[in-house]
Amino acid sequence: MDRYVCTVCGYVYDPAVGDPDSGIKPGTPFEDIPDSWECPICGASKSDFEKE
Amino acid sequence: MKPVEIAKGIYDVGVKDWNIRDFHGHSTHMGTSYNSFLIVDSKIALIDAVKKEFSDELIDNISQIVDPKKIDVVISNHTEMDHSGGLPRVMHRVGEDKPLYCSKMGQKNLSLHFPQHFNYHAVENGETLNLGRYTLSFMETRMLHWPDSMFTYLNEEKILFSSDAFGQHYAGYEKFDDCVTEDIMLQAKKYFANILLPYAPLILKLVEQVTAMGLDIRMICPDHGIIWRKDPGKIIDAYVGWSRQNSGKKAVIVYDTMWHSTEKMARAIADGLSEQGVAVRPMHLRRSDRSDIMTEVLDARAVVVGSPTLNNGLFPSLGDFLTYMKGLKPKNKIGAAFGSYGWSGESVKLITQELEAMKFEMIDPGVKVQYVPDEKALAACFDLGRKIGQAM
Repeated sequence: MDRYVCTVCGYVYDPAVGDPDSGIKPGTPFEDIPDSWECPICGASKSDFEKE
Repeated sequence: MKPVEIAKGIYDVGVKDWNIRDFHGHSTHMGTSYNSFLIVDSKIALIDAVKKEFSDELIDNISQIVDPKKIDVVISNHTEMDHSGGLPRVMHRVGEDKPLYCSKMGQKNLSLHFPQHFNYHAVENGETLNLGRYTLSFMETRMLHWPDSMFTYLNEEKILFSSDAFGQHYAGYEKFDDCVTEDIMLQAKKYFANILLPYAPLILKLVEQVTAMGLDIRMICPDHGIIWRKDPGKIIDAYVGWSRQNSGKKAVIVYDTMWHSTEKMARAIADGLSEQGVAVRPMHLRRSDRSDIMTEVLDARAVVVGSPTLNNGLFPSLGDFLTYMKGLKPKNKIGAAFGSYGWSGESVKLITQELEAMKFEMIDPGVKVQYVPDEKALAACFDLGRKIGQAM
């Protein structure tokens, strides 16, 4: 599973960790995150992420 | 210093840092100020603190208006220590049980700065706080320029407390845009180029949102420098222009030199650019501060970078500048590299790689010259300048 980087603030989405604070369970691939999800650090949209 | 009443019952109780010249690596030739705003209403609110070493001065300023104990709520628009460093002392005087308003990220980040368990109140975007006559609205502005950044807007007087946005590093008794000359715009531009440039796309989005909301702004109170009361639209328009990164016919030549050979090349490139009607700023890296160079880069179309080859690599000052510029993410730039060398000559290739990584459009493979440039080499540099000028 690929890690994705926020192009605005540099936060890295690691599928192994997920984003539990936003209800994204560990083990969730980036592709399966809902489009309404936002970067937990800076609020950028999912489309602002690039593959690491 | 005497607090300045900026609107009825609203005071700037901030402080001036006349002598600071290096603000975390950013040159501040005019010093700076840490603005803090006291709103005296049925409830009393303080917006932002100051740098730690100015805490007592802030408390003295507040005390000229009200007893700090009477403050009901403290608002932190931004966690950075030039605005939060004084918070522990302020909260101690105000009362540690009093609510400390901040964004959600503000609560997270403030608690990573200070061990005290403040009575945090993390606001929702758009949440309001009624003080009596006045009502405050909070607006999240993440990454402008930290994750915690937010704006506070005073609905009745239409005053925007904008944290670091629209600020300038300027210390002076003149507190308003109508009390200073046009020179203040240079300080505002420098602030933008060195602090806000990486977030230019977010600024454009925010201005669009604020315009769509029909938010009327009569006064902008940033946390540094003067307050925009005569023409707040002017600084907003300037931010939109800088964020779009539209550049004029301007080039910056950034270079370092060991025995003046790379410098001679820089001059010849400047001559070629000038012949094409391009405004040129040749800037020697050990004579100009990196933040002054970035201010010139902001509205330049071309950035031409030169370095001697030292021990098979770049001259060290280039490492500093290129790292700095890369982080600030300038867009829509064209570039080229040049440099003198003794026996190996890696610098032009290394600069080119760096600029390409920053998505600069490289318009020439660059010029490298062994030891001292002769007439032919200088003519090649002149031609490079001309070619860059023609590409604009």
